[in-house]
Amino acid sequence: MGSIIIINIVRFIIVILLQVALFKNMGYYNVATIYPYIFFIFLLPIGLPNLVLFLVSFLTGLAVDAFYDSAGVHASACVGLALFRIFFHKITLEVDLKESFNTPSLGLMGTKWFLSYVFFGTFVHHFFLFLIEAFTFSNFMYTLASSILSSIFTTCIILLMSLLVYKRKSRIGNI
Amino acid sequence: MRNLWLFLIRYNAIFWFILFFVTSIILVVRHNNFQRSSFISSSNVVIGSYYQQVNSWKSYLSLHETNEELAAENGALRQQIQNLLQVDTTADTIRIIDSIEQGRYAFIVANVANNSVHKKNNYLTLDKGSADGVEKGMGVITSNGVVGVILQTSAHFSSVQSLLHPDTRVSVVLDSTGVIGSLVWGNSIDHRYGVVRDIPNHVQVEKDEKVYTSGFSLFPAGIQVGKIMETGVSSGESFLDLKIELSTNFSNLHHVYVVKDLLIKEKEELEADSENNG
Repeated sequence: MGSIIIINIVRFIIVILLQVALFKNMGYYNVATIYPYIFFIFLLPIGLPNLVLFLVSFLTGLAVDAFYDSAGVHASACVGLALFRIFFHKITLEVDLKESFNTPSLGLMGTKWFLSYVFFGTFVHHFFLFLIEAFTFSNFMYTLASSILSSIFTTCIILLMSLLVYKRKSRIGNI
Repeated sequence: MRNLWLFLIRYNAIFWFILFFVTSIILVVRHNNFQRSSFISSSNVVIGSYYQQVNSWKSYLSLHETNEELAAENGALRQQIQNLLQVDTTADTIRIIDSIEQGRYAFIVANVANNSVHKKNNYLTLDKGSADGVEKGMGVITSNGVVGVILQTSAHFSSVQSLLHPDTRVSVVLDSTGVIGSLVWGNSIDHRYGVVRDIPNHVQVEKDEKVYTSGFSLFPAGIQVGKIMETGVSSGESFLDLKIELSTNFSNLHHVYVVKDLLIKEKEELEADSENNG
């Protein structure tokens, strides 16, 4: 239990540092920007109580906001991602896994599950993010297009990151 | 009562979501209204000093380019001195430079501690603040163009609303005809181009013509802003929209000058007076 907390704190620091020092400077004009810091929220333990999950996501978003000068924008997007995560877990996971404190990593969950988890989660996050950043429904198609492009971009980076820390220990077989 | 309680427990995720989402939306809205007056912004000392640290490394990497720019600026200034020193003996009037006009603007040199060009609303952070005499509303220029307007200051940092922001407008004048328009970013995507609005339809505009600041707004007159790329992009009304190439390179800003207008108070008082009496 203690080690899970420490691992998550270390992961939080690494991910935020990478985001503000490296990925903040990357992007294709205004069309596609990447926010792989949400990898941290994807990898939080499965059985985390809802309140804690929302609180941690909110604080993560706020920490990134501080560097992006955009109080609240990333925080709200991360809260949206946390809600998606809860629904996705509720629909796809079995009961015994749902109550464990395992990290939902690529090695544990299998490629198919992990890929759809990351892609749809990233899309939800980016959609919230761009919509709140623009704060209007005019230019909706532009917002939608840039969130789709950016989520493809971010998903690739997150997959690369998870391959870097890949450790095979599948509990539920190959799916 | 028990049923209500069960209902709350069953759908707790939704309720937590609503609570946190509303909190963050309130943050966003407050932020938009009071223009970054909230605690979480890069005027904050910890974040500001982080960016200063990063920037000190970055500026080290581009020393060579900065050197060349400064040398070019030195050359231009030297040229101006030459022009001033030359005494034109053929002229029958003597050009007198008004000492009031000369002393009107003071310049504070600052380094860029943080910069963005990829967003819809772009801001910069400078490493000079109210302790160095920077105040809200001052203009910011670089050696070859306009950068933006000071939005907010703390003791040692200040944030700048960049020209690449939908709310920024600068009064500019066309070189050949002297017609006055206003410069905005306009396209929200590419940081190399801007748009000059409010030029009347009858004005003949040439390609590659230069555009300067008019001196009506915060900036001194005659600072080059850019040159015209496309003429006569009509907005469907009786005004032309001119696409211009900005002379400021926003992706590579290091040294900027904050313009302090020493007579701004006098000007504003006079203008307020005439508005009240007229």
